[in-house]
Amino acid sequence: MSDQENIKQEFNITVYTENQIGLLNRIAIIFTRRKINIDSLNTSPSEIDKIHRFNIVITESEEVVRKISRQIEKQVEVLKVYYHTNADVIWQELALYKVSTDVIAEQVSVERLLRENGARAVVIRKDYTVFETTGHREETDNLIKILQPYGLIEFVRSARVAIIKSSDGFNSKLREFERLEPGEDVMENEYLNQGQKVFTM
Amino acid sequence: MEMQTITQETIEIEEQSVKSTEQSVKSPEQSVESQISGSVALLEALIVEGVDTIFGYPGGAIMPIYDALYDYKEKLNHILVRHEQGGIHAGQGYARTSGKVGVVFATSGPGATNLVTGLADAQIDSTPLVCITGQVFAHLLGTDAFQETDVINITTPVTKWNYQVTDANEIPEVIAKAFYIAKSGRPGPVLIDITKNAQIQKFEYKGYTPCNHIRSYRPKPIVRKEYIEQAAALINQAKKPFILFGQGVILGSAEQEFKTFVERSGIPAAWTVLGAGAIPTSHPLNVGMLGMHGNYGPNVLTNECDVLIAIGMRFDDRVTGRLDKYAKQAKVVHLDIDPAEIDKNVKSTVPVWGDCKETLPLLTELIVPNDHTAWVKKFGEYAAKEVEAVIHAELNPTSGEMTMGEVINQLNVLTKGEAIIVTDVGQHQMVACRYATLNKTRSNVTSGGLGTMGFALPAAIGAKFGALDRTVVAVIGDGGFQMTCQELGTIMQSGVDVKIMILNNRFLGMVRQWQELFNERRYSFVDIQSPDFVMLAKSYGIAGKCIDDRADLASTLQEMLEHKGSYLLEVMVTKENNVFPMVPQGCSVSEIRLK
Repeated sequence: MSDQENIKQEFNITVYTENQIGLLNRIAIIFTRRKINIDSLNTSPSEIDKIHRFNIVITESEEVVRKISRQIEKQVEVLKVYYHTNADVIWQELALYKVSTDVIAEQVSVERLLRENGARAVVIRKDYTVFETTGHREETDNLIKILQPYGLIEFVRSARVAIIKSSDGFNSKLREFERLEPGEDVMENEYLNQGQKVFTM
Repeated sequence: MEMQTITQETIEIEEQSVKSTEQSVKSPEQSVESQISGSVALLEALIVEGVDTIFGYPGGAIMPIYDALYDYKEKLNHILVRHEQGGIHAGQGYARTSGKVGVVFATSGPGATNLVTGLADAQIDSTPLVCITGQVFAHLLGTDAFQETDVINITTPVTKWNYQVTDANEIPEVIAKAFYIAKSGRPGPVLIDITKNAQIQKFEYKGYTPCNHIRSYRPKPIVRKEYIEQAAALINQAKKPFILFGQGVILGSAEQEFKTFVERSGIPAAWTVLGAGAIPTSHPLNVGMLGMHGNYGPNVLTNECDVLIAIGMRFDDRVTGRLDKYAKQAKVVHLDIDPAEIDKNVKSTVPVWGDCKETLPLLTELIVPNDHTAWVKKFGEYAAKEVEAVIHAELNPTSGEMTMGEVINQLNVLTKGEAIIVTDVGQHQMVACRYATLNKTRSNVTSGGLGTMGFALPAAIGAKFGALDRTVVAVIGDGGFQMTCQELGTIMQSGVDVKIMILNNRFLGMVRQWQELFNERRYSFVDIQSPDFVMLAKSYGIAGKCIDDRADLASTLQEMLEHKGSYLLEVMVTKENNVFPMVPQGCSVSEIRLK
């Protein structure tokens, strides 16, 4: 196998599933049994009724990620798994920051800093204000550093959500899944698609 | 599992309260006739699925199902085991010899946790099972109720699918899914946990429809012709092609298709432990066993072949030895139904994803028969070396204590290779797999992937129920036998006819062999004492004999095989015998040792 396959990097694993109790555990243990840490995990209803979408981020080699993806896809209630490098997706994380309203009112520089970092106020109360930003990890981290000297009261960040650049969506695929005899498009093995890359004769 | 009396009362009170709530919600227009309990719906489902035998053990949380079973005694043969682990291994044995889904009942808590070893075994060895466990009332879930355990989460890593039923209305659909999932695609164990209220609950029963489609589950891929063509092209131009086959051939009922493929291509074929018997032992192109204690030729020549054709096998580490020195010179064609197995351990040149029942005939069609006589002869040369260095002495000793190999050899003579051989785990297992003659498929029942000691005795019981017209011989070591010997009680009560052969070397032999070879003979806790096995059998009403003289071997084996009913034969074998050849751990298959 190529060296490229063995370099560890962030991978975004996208999983389409049925909405089923216990499935989160069934998926999570596929990582934990190999002692792989899940860097970020988001699960939420997808654009399709009753279908959930997981976004999982791990730092691993492509070889391992491919094997894990196959093992996830094999679970009965999993419809499809894709994995992508950061270059293949557009991703965002949402962050919320709680800061004393007095500080913002008194210190003009804070307002400027928030503006510079694209933060917007979600809630403004007498005692505190909650700001929100979205961005990559470094961007949301950066604002923590900036607000820390002004008494950042509380901070929270969501898991990563990622849109696949090359994806045509899942609607048409799902309709195929629902047929008793689905077309080849759905049945194809993702790695057979990359035949030339993975299996050179 | 026994219930405490006090809890029994509590549960009865709870049952009454559940019944009264049900009555109050029942709508008046529902006819009482079409209302059945969850328990009855379960048993009706089993009958439609063609279940004839259930291995189980009752307990508090599964009592409503057992109460319903009382009226189904004529239709469903329930075998009362002595421990739930025995029950699930029996279910595995049944599935392996019959090709059907094994069904196991157990209660909640300890009953359910006792299934875990068997589930893990069935998961790794792709054995179709449906296990039904009782669970505490739904309203008690999560409260640490008596005999409550989170069986769904405990069994998630060791089941193909599991599901908790808390409402009787779900039962027909869930059981249909359970059977479909267990037996389709790459088979595996399914566990359905049913809360007690759902077992009791009456509901409007609309009949049972077997399942044949789950939208998120694709058991059988569409075969891509271009890969069949690429595979055929590789095979047709190969000078030294080599077939490795596993249990996939048997699970796919593709024995005939496989034989045709082997014969048309003229390619030598070697088997994994679980693939044994997919093609008869005596077939001229069957060149033997792969792996750590496999045959000399198949291991050495793995690293000489030019095209490796792997069929329904998963390149387990016991087969491959050191992976970075495994068949590096060869192009690999891998036929498997489970896409997660392709490229998992050994990178394939051509992946043929599909059911080998379908893919093998397509491949055979494109095969141009080639003359591989010289190449096949090479296997013969290695086999001759192995006979001289190992096999001759193992099978035909003339002095000293008996060897395991000669016992198996004598058994072959008497059964003519027609018997089902069930083995436990350890030295005797490797010896039996190496030397047993298997004329028929589904004749080798053993714990391959998990290596579960204690598997053989209960699995043999199940194996017999799965193939009542065949002779079942369980070959067991003195260590493994003592792990599940309580199942002699099951044999006694069910009257099942199982021949039990204990090969007693007074050691935990395989560990002792490793300690001898790799730990400077530091025999750490491998010296094991045993009870008088013949007396033990006798106390269960099972006939038996112990022999230590070669002169008695043939006649006593004959007596065992001719005996009406179960029989336990203990054979005292040499204490410190080693199984060879051997690929030591961390070595390449071509570094296989003959001594």
